[in-house]
Formats: sequence, C-alpha cells, structure tokens
Amino acid sequence: MSNKKIDELLHDHNHDGVNRRGFLKCMAWAGTGALCVMKGGVLNAYSLSRISEIPAKESAGELSFAQISDSHMGFNKAANPDVAGTLQIAVNKINALTASPEFILHTGDITHLSKSEEFDAVEQILKGANPKDVFYVPGEHDVLNDDGKQFLERYGKASSGAGWYSFDKKGVHFVGLVNVMNLKAGGLGTLGHDQLAWLERDVRHLKHSTPIVVFAHIPLWSVYPEWGWGTEDSAQALSYLKNFGSVTVLNGHIHQTMQRVEGNVTFHTAASTAFPQPQPGKADSPGPMKVPAEQLKGVLGITDVSYVQGQHALAVVDSSLA
Amino acid sequence: MSRSIPFAFFATALAISSAAFGLSDNRSALMAQEKSSAAEVKIDNFSFAPTTLTVSPGATVTWTNRDDIPHTVVSTDDPKIFKSKVLDTGENFSFTFSKIGTYAYFCSLHPKMTGKVVVQ
Repeated sequence: MSNKKIDELLHDHNHDGVNRRGFLKCMAWAGTGALCVMKGGVLNAYSLSRISEIPAKESAGELSFAQISDSHMGFNKAANPDVAGTLQIAVNKINALTASPEFILHTGDITHLSKSEEFDAVEQILKGANPKDVFYVPGEHDVLNDDGKQFLERYGKASSGAGWYSFDKKGVHFVGLVNVMNLKAGGLGTLGHDQLAWLERDVRHLKHSTPIVVFAHIPLWSVYPEWGWGTEDSAQALSYLKNFGSVTVLNGHIHQTMQRVEGNVTFHTAASTAFPQPQPGKADSPGPMKVPAEQLKGVLGITDVSYVQGQHALAVVDSSLA
Repeated sequence: MSRSIPFAFFATALAISSAAFGLSDNRSALMAQEKSSAAEVKIDNFSFAPTTLTVSPGATVTWTNRDDIPHTVVSTDDPKIFKSKVLDTGENFSFTFSKIGTYAYFCSLHPKMTGKVVVQ
C-alpha cells in the first residue's frame, strides 16, 4: 500500500475541518497496524509496515506515550497461565517501537487480587521498559480488601481522594481518574461528587486549545451497561471538557480495543496484556475468554499514542503482541 | 460373619476418617454440610445461583466461587451486614442468618451481580 491519497473532506457537519469519516476508517485500520496522523484537520494514514519510507517529519509526533492495561498479575487460569510472560512481551513490544514513548500509562487491573507480590511483580517487569515513568490508575482488582490503601501508598503520592491526579507533558494535559471505588449494587463505574468537583476546578483555567488526555479504568462511555461496561456519571465529567478542541479518553477494563468519536472526544479502550474478553453480548458473561494458545498473543496488545502540536487529535495505534 | 467384620471395620474407619476430615474443615462449612443443599449459593458465570435463596432463621449460607474470576459477597445494607474478602476460584464464604428478613447483596467487583437471601 503506497501512501494513501488523503480522504476528501465530505459533509463537514461540525464545520471544524475534521474528516470524521476518515478518522473512523483509520481507527478501524489501527488494529491491523496503521498510523493515523492528523495534519491540519485532515487525516493521513500510513501502514506501519511502510513507516520507514515516510519522511520522519511527516509522521513524527512531538509527544508519544504507550498505554497498557489489565495486566492482572496473579491470574493463572486457562485463558492465560503466564500473565507475567505476556506482560514481558508487551514491554518488549514497547521497547521495539522506533520512536520510544516518553512514558507509560497503565489503565488499571495491574494486579488480579491486590496482593503485594503482584504489584511488585508488575513493577519489576516494567523496570525493563525503556520509558521509565509509569502513571497508574486503579482497576477494581487493585483495590480489594483494603479500600485501595495499598494502591494509594504505592502510586497515589501526588493524588487526591481515591487517587485522582493530573499532570502536563509538552503542552498536553493528562488527567487520571478513579471510577472503581464505592461501586453500588446493580451499578456501573462511578466518579463521585468529590472527584467531579476536583476535575471541574482542574481544567477550569486551561486554554481551550490545550489537548486533554483523560485516562481511567472503566470506560467513560456506555459500551455495554448489561456487563457494567460504563460509568454512570461520566457525562458530567465530559461536560467540563466540552469546550476543549481535542479530548482523548483512554480506558481499559473490557480487554479488547474499541473506539468511538463523539464530537471533540475520541474514546479508546486498550486490549489487556493478560487475557481477552468476549465482545459485548457475544457470550453469557464478560469473563476470561479462552482462545487457542497460538492465537493468544494476537488478542493481547499495547497502544501507542502520538501528539503533534497544532493537530486536532492524537494518533492512537494499537498493536497486538503477536 | 467373617466377611462382614472387615466390612464393618472398614465402614467404621471410613466414618471416623470422614468426621476427622470434617472437623479439620472450616466449622461453618461443616454446619452447611449438615443442612440441606439449599443453604449453598454457587457463584459462576458472573451470577449467584440461586439468585434468591430462602432459608430458615439460624441457617448458615455458604457462597462458593466456581467461576474463573474472583468475586465478593457484600451486603447492600447500610451499615453492611456481611462482607466477604475477595474469593478466588474454589474459595468460599459463610454467614449465619439469625434474624428474619430480606438480605440483598452484590459482588463489589462486578456490581451488576446481585442476589438476595430471604430468611423466614
């Protein structure tokens, strides 16, 4: 596939120059290894296998980071008896990226049973990654038995409340949210009043041209409520971000890649590095899905995210561990 | 006659060893064995089975996780009437219900999983 011709801008309903159809098409390609780069609101797609042929200036970003998720250290059932091994493969994959990500976001379910040795094992494996900084948000498996005390002790030094925080990198504002605490019977993920009030204050004075990246464990959009795949008060959180030109939401929890574009917000969920789960409604329950051993690495993965200053949206590329 | 004595000995030995086994088990699990199987809730496929369990006052209910993912059993009352630690595959949690009433609970990891124990 030679350099694709840029998609024509069709039906620019939002009058912002963003070619959403091109973007969505690119998102569909992402799972097979495409790099999508926004330039002046127009999408260019490059096959990852031909990336070396493209002038670096065209495809380089000014900031790139990796997202991994759902390592479930401690899980050892049939769906994957060696989650440490597959996490190591994910680290190797990150280390093999030509443009080394500056840091790693882990969107939760770091451990399987919140055990101390499980947290230690993940940290040990991640020490071998080229990016030395790792930013975590907890999954529900990380806050068992102690209301998240251990998670906070390890990763919550700069955080408020149950572990939410924000930081800036090269003009991009990152917000880590916690939506796995105080879950109510029959409910979905929840952010809660205190965290929402903090978020509103945190972004209030930012210039609307500041790109925002929000990361949290459970999806912040309604993927499949029947399986708890959603957050009941995420709409309020997103309302505080509605005037920003570029908002990227990165989540985990569902152990498969999924993306959605809604106005100025691009939602993306990462694959797990441990085991896959079924697509919404395709099984009785969202449990670990067994695949033939030789296919396992193909359904686990990492995500590489790049930002080019002045562009509308971040480029999000998923690659499997195969 | 000579044949039945070894059998009797065997049967007695079996009974003694079973009892010994029972005593070394969790005491409330032993109590559950003495009750009917209706005092058991199986956790599997992200659900509690039966979803509604009816027992008499004084019954001990044992939840056993047969799923390949951990779950918890947490009362939805405030304050909570019972709360298990996280149960991995094969682990169980027991609670004795002494008062008449309806006790709703859920899995705090997967809040869509709900059940109730009716004591009457």
